[in-house]
Amino acid sequence: MAQVSLEGIRKVYPNGFRAVQTTSFTIQDGEFVVLVGPSGCGKSTLLRMIAGLEEITEGVLKIGDRVVNDVDPADRDIAMVFQNYALYPHMTVRKNIGYGLKNRGTPAAAIDAKVQDAARMLNLTEYLDRKPAQLSGGQRQRVAMGRAVVRDPALFLFDEPLSNLDAKLRNQMRIEIKALQRRLGTTAVYVTHDQVEAMTMADRIIVLNEGRIEQIGTPSEIYHNPASTFVASFMGAPPMNLIKAELDQQSVRINGCRDLIHAPQSFDGPVTLGIRPEDVEVDEQGLVSFHVDILEELGAHRLLHGRIANQPFSVMLGKDDAAQVGETKINLKPEALRLFDRETGLRL
Amino acid sequence: MKRAGFDTIWLPMALLIPQLMIIAIFFYWPAGWALQSSFFLQDPFGFGSTFVGAENYTSLLGNDQYKRVAGFTILYSVLVTFFSLAIALLLAVKADKVIKGAKTYRTLLMWVYAIAPPVAGFLGILFFDQSTGPLTKFFQMFGWDFKLGVDYNATATAMVIVAVWKQIPVNFIFFLSGLQSIPRSVREAAMIDNRSATGRFWQVTFPLLAPTAFFLLIINITYALFDTFGIIDALMKGEPGNNPMTLVYKVYLDGFRGNDLGGSSAQSVVLMALVLLLTVFQFRLVERRIHYT
Ligand SMILES: Nc1ncnc2c1ncn2[C@@H]1O[C@H](COP(=O)(O)OP(=O)(O)O)[C@@H](O)[C@H]1O
Ligand SMILES: [Mg+2]
Repeated sequence: MAQVSLEGIRKVYPNGFRAVQTTSFTIQDGEFVVLVGPSGCGKSTLLRMIAGLEEITEGVLKIGDRVVNDVDPADRDIAMVFQNYALYPHMTVRKNIGYGLKNRGTPAAAIDAKVQDAARMLNLTEYLDRKPAQLSGGQRQRVAMGRAVVRDPALFLFDEPLSNLDAKLRNQMRIEIKALQRRLGTTAVYVTHDQVEAMTMADRIIVLNEGRIEQIGTPSEIYHNPASTFVASFMGAPPMNLIKAELDQQSVRINGCRDLIHAPQSFDGPVTLGIRPEDVEVDEQGLVSFHVDILEELGAHRLLHGRIANQPFSVMLGKDDAAQVGETKINLKPEALRLFDRETGLRL
Repeated sequence: MKRAGFDTIWLPMALLIPQLMIIAIFFYWPAGWALQSSFFLQDPFGFGSTFVGAENYTSLLGNDQYKRVAGFTILYSVLVTFFSLAIALLLAVKADKVIKGAKTYRTLLMWVYAIAPPVAGFLGILFFDQSTGPLTKFFQMFGWDFKLGVDYNATATAMVIVAVWKQIPVNFIFFLSGLQSIPRSVREAAMIDNRSATGRFWQVTFPLLAPTAFFLLIINITYALFDTFGIIDALMKGEPGNNPMTLVYKVYLDGFRGNDLGGSSAQSVVLMALVLLLTVFQFRLVERRIHYT
């Protein structure tokens, strides 16, 4: 178990591409941190630098108290689970799981016991003598997990380990991985492009965009207090509504509309107004007119998709709330309003 | 499922005929003819032949020169196969690490592949030329008076070197594409599991190359046994005398120089049996395993 710290880490690929801008953060001992962001934003690059599979262009990387910039991947006391599992095709499940231990000089009897333990924990006992080609996707995923846990490393690294599984298995493994990490208490860095995985698994989320950190925070902080319009629109499904508005002291005027709302903070000028779809009420006496184009029935709740002052807007209602397509009035909960700089997209 | 097919049997038959004719004329007919003539003793001046039963075969067994040539052929095949595989693998592993310029490497090596065996043999002669050959000079530095075509060991060495040189490109291309088809993440997982690069090579990379290596092994044995004819012919400069030769060369020598068609046919029947054996061996093993996905 260990704390991981990145101090001014930067990555420029040999072709000159700047995949990760100067980045600093610290992961606490035993913490489960999720790196999330759209495809190509540099998540894997960052993870692979921590693993030692990619050279660090600049900056200092510490695992525990040790600077590991120049330490071999095998000596960093890490274990990694790859998106395509990266199992050794010619080895049995038993050998796959035990390979890392064998190369670290663990006695055969101890390897055997540890492999058995890991296999039991992951329901793989009856598959120990099979080759990876004879396993299903979910089982291969478990073998990859087994290979990681059996070594009892200081740090787990996961690179989109669930994205090759079907939705049902993904939900199940999500819970299992999280539970396993809790039980073992091992520090973990988990990369995903799926915001649901990020929200459900993380102790802390790091949102990346174009090689930069947009925000670091707990799932609840990220969800309720996004630091930028990028985070607001990336996290949450459906995403936070973002509409253009003018602010005059504490009065919000939505573009071209006369509706005035009381803002939680004071500012003068153009802003982007953010509000989560569930923080909106339909109300006959409401201040804002909302035109509903589509009604989406989701069982537990309903989504209304439409427009406010010709800007796209969504509202989430409980399953018992009445709703219909057409013109209606809504109220925005004042305490749920988030204001962003129109130019920079940053939170005001 | 819809299957494409022909309405009559005649069209597919007609389409197959050219291929079947080629096989029949250039393989089955001469093979059958060789089998038949291996039981006869031909008159050296072409006046008929006498049936002698298995005598051509039994006399091979008692023939010391045949045994010597067979011995050399085995040694030659082992050396050529081993060195052309080993050197090609080494080059492929090195080239695989180079990302820039990999194409140039491949193209340069492929050129050698395009050289016909007799031409390779003549290039060999230049290299081993008595007075100007760089390799002759190289061996002379070690005190070996290298005489191509005169000294048995010198000729044998030259034959091995030229044959290996000629075969490396094919092996290299196969090994390189084999290496590049190993998923990057599998190698990376191994880097985390095993500190030693040598260990990773023998425990992860090489086993994953095994299908390629096995395929090449058969190809190379066949090459050393049969396709080196042109090289051998060129290097001994048409003077068999005291020079080493392989079994295939001896078939040619006895049949066309020595006019012993019966004995030569018997030898070629033995070689055909060997090819058959190799092929069966290859199919059996390929069927059995060494496929992972
Ligand atoms: N070896 C490389 N050389 C140059 N550019 C690369 C290399 N690997 C990745 N990139 C680029 O770096 C960016 C980030 O890649 P990556 O970290 O894999 O993204 P993510 O995992 O977030 O999808 C991408 O734009 C990708 O094209
Ligand atoms: Mg990635």
